[in-house]
Amino acid sequence: MLCECGEREATVHEVIIKNGKKVEKHLCEVCAKNQGFDPKAGVPISQLISSFVLSSPGAKQGKALVCPTCQTTYDSFKQSGLLGCPDCYDAFEDELSPLLERSHEGGTHHVGKQPKRATAKRGRGVDPVMEARKRAEQIKQLRHQLDTALAGEQYEKAAGIRDEIRELSESDEASEELSEGERNGEESREDQAS
Amino acid sequence: MTEPGQPIKIFNARTEWLRGEGLSCDVVLSSRVRLARNLAGLPFVAQATRTDRRHILDLCRARLVGAGLAKQLMWLNLHDAPPIDRAVLAERHLISKQLARGVLPGRDAAPDEPRGVAISIPDERLSVMVNEEDHLRLQTIRTGLDLRGCFEQIDAADDSIEAGLDYAFHPRFGYLTACPTNVGTGARFSVMLHLPALRMTGEIDKVKNAAEDMSLAIRGSHGEGSQNTGDIFQISNQTTLGKSEDVLLAEMQDEIVPRVVEYERRARTMLLERRRTILEDKIHRALGVLRGARLMTVDEAMTLLSQVRLGVVLGLIEDLPQQTVNHLLLIVQPAHLQRIANKEMPQGARRIARADLIRERLGPGTNETPRNGQ
Ligand SMILES: [Zn+2]
Ligand SMILES: [Zn+2]
Repeated sequence: MLCECGEREATVHEVIIKNGKKVEKHLCEVCAKNQGFDPKAGVPISQLISSFVLSSPGAKQGKALVCPTCQTTYDSFKQSGLLGCPDCYDAFEDELSPLLERSHEGGTHHVGKQPKRATAKRGRGVDPVMEARKRAEQIKQLRHQLDTALAGEQYEKAAGIRDEIRELSESDEASEELSEGERNGEESREDQAS
Repeated sequence: MTEPGQPIKIFNARTEWLRGEGLSCDVVLSSRVRLARNLAGLPFVAQATRTDRRHILDLCRARLVGAGLAKQLMWLNLHDAPPIDRAVLAERHLISKQLARGVLPGRDAAPDEPRGVAISIPDERLSVMVNEEDHLRLQTIRTGLDLRGCFEQIDAADDSIEAGLDYAFHPRFGYLTACPTNVGTGARFSVMLHLPALRMTGEIDKVKNAAEDMSLAIRGSHGEGSQNTGDIFQISNQTTLGKSEDVLLAEMQDEIVPRVVEYERRARTMLLERRRTILEDKIHRALGVLRGARLMTVDEAMTLLSQVRLGVVLGLIEDLPQQTVNHLLLIVQPAHLQRIANKEMPQGARRIARADLIRERLGPGTNETPRNGQ
């Protein structure tokens, strides 16, 4: 499909419901940028889902994605917007990741509260890989806040945020064998899954 | 823990979100925090069988009773409750409309589906819905701008509940929810705002656009798809993944809401300075209609009460306390109206009863103090 400009292939597909009317937009990357379209901007997931249907023709055809625990298919999720059970998140992780990123302002990993029991039960305390990823996520958020503070000339606040970023970055450097840990982490997760 | 077999009473006459007190209460009606939680190892509500849902309800109910969430907690089996009681709870924002009707996500209405709610009484600050879209939906609500107070209470309640239940939690995705828009913290911070001046000056659209740019949802007072009757809007965060509860809270409480409050106040000042007569005319006409009408729909009542509330806040109407107007915004709604009249009424009869009730509560326009209770 060609972009509105008629010059390049459309790679950004968006379905927007505005004032009750459905507006479809098919843009090439250049036009998307010119129109201020930020693919990371928060878009309601229902709209994302419908735009994903448009943008991935045949990508996942052939084998139907099904959650092994509750038998919910990815297709039925696309229709209802609801997952069937907690395990659906693992079953559809690859498909969900881009959706989540776009509907949560680029967020990819949970940051914040954790249930005490779940952590205790897993019995391996703090997962260093996850901790590192979380720190990365926090730093990303803090950088964003720093920009906002600087733009608003809130220098005292900016200085505070900068300190926080420094602290987080230092603890990252402290865990040197991060890449190795990450590999091990992936393996152990696969072990559990099988 | 009480479990009344008879119709529930309307608790205290002035529900938390209409007390009209607290920080920025000239603009902010109430603050609310919601947490979505699901039990590990069980299907989400929409995918669950009726037996599952029964089981989930039993588990949650037992835990909620034992968690010591409030001095007094009322539990209601909503599948056993009469429709009018459910509607009263929804009008008081203690349960969602979806839970009131018994609509399963993505399915037809099933009023007898196992579901319930726990409510702290008499303050109604904490409520926990069971078997809504997620197994558990916790909510705290406070008058004025007080998301911090809401969060402290809900965080503690969440800890108490979790001490006896296994939540579905994922190291990467956080608290798992039926809809991925809530995953992560599962936390929604929202405030209910009265923005009549921004509506009158036409600037409300700018606020809406700005809110959308900041990944916020802005909608009518009764949530998704509802109309903005009475110029009451609800703003809440859309993002729940990748930002901690503290960050979400601070953004809303310290940055976003104060800014909107400031816009509304500025618009009010502008109206007072430049369009005072037009404003006074509008407000006193509204009051005049409310004090004289014999038939009144909900929408008309909300619209007029909204204008009167603005008049009271701006000091243009002196013989009415804000709480009286706030309270009317609640009790003119259909279920409350019928509960006060103590009988079911068709729409036509409700219009008459509503007009009567408003005239009675607003009085003829002297400095009389409002009567208490219902
Ligand atoms: Zn183009
Ligand atoms: Zn599943």
